[in-house]
Amino acid sequence: MTQTFIVEVIIENKPAARDPEGETIHKDLILKGGYENVKSVRTGKYLKFLVEAEDEKHAEKIVFDLCNALRIYNPVVHTHKILVKGG
Amino acid sequence: MKVAVIQFPGSNCDLDVVHVLRNILNIPTDLVWHKFFQNKIYDAAILPGGFSYGDYLRSGAIASHSPAMEEVKKMAEDGKPVLGICNGFQILIEAGLLPGALLPNDCLKFVCKWVILKCETSRTAFTCLIPEGKILYMPVAHKEGRYFNLEEDLKSIWKEQQVVFRYVDENGNPTLEANPNGSIQNIASVCNKEGNVVGLMPHPERASEKILSPYKNSDGLLLFESMINYLKR
Repeated sequence: MTQTFIVEVIIENKPAARDPEGETIHKDLILKGGYENVKSVRTGKYLKFLVEAEDEKHAEKIVFDLCNALRIYNPVVHTHKILVKGG
Repeated sequence: MKVAVIQFPGSNCDLDVVHVLRNILNIPTDLVWHKFFQNKIYDAAILPGGFSYGDYLRSGAIASHSPAMEEVKKMAEDGKPVLGICNGFQILIEAGLLPGALLPNDCLKFVCKWVILKCETSRTAFTCLIPEGKILYMPVAHKEGRYFNLEEDLKSIWKEQQVVFRYVDENGNPTLEANPNGSIQNIASVCNKEGNVVGLMPHPERASEKILSPYKNSDGLLLFESMINYLKR
């Protein structure tokens, strides 16, 4: 029997690739706002999938496979994280 | 000789390329909708600039899965010339036909200006008439043109002579000021190992007539003339 799961994918630049948007938010908003204990900000892209699958592992595998097959992220420059939540 | 300019949903520099090929160079040229492009009919293909699929996900990411790209891959394997201009370059990168990645500009803004380029290699299908070290003037117009590659891969593309153009100053130096988007090592253009597939962020089709250039030159035409020369060999 299949269930519905929410699968989140977070894509961000590898550490070697600069993230000027994150740097600007950090320098011109966070630090100027007085939050000096915040040491860096990295921006990224967030995708939320609604997936029908047998269980959490199956849902994760479906999204893992499609991320690679369809190049949802560019492996040259991005890292990605997959998080499965209950439906 | 017949050239295809492949039109994706959101392409907007397609007619400029067609104009240069048909009206300036007298080359039989078809404007081909991406779903209908067939490698076997054409000797060369050009992927024009624009905003295919609204730049959703990443510039070029969705168009890289178009049926046309399977045909473009065959074309590349057959050794035919393939040129990607701006969004076309982004599509070739996303399709894995060219190495590296194109990220949002470091200034986070759309940059539209004339830049100076230095030709780094004459071995490609689109630079065979351009001497190495030659300075060319062309405009850029993009928001995601920051070329990036990892250190090891950068070494490899230099070794394999895959860096085609770099942003430079008037003296030919790749300075920070000459770099419009923060591209690593000022790289503006790369090619595949064989040299028949080239991608570049600047627009040669907008620099192919003296009347359009503030420098009164037609440097961009050299890329298309190189392609013709390559095909006649």
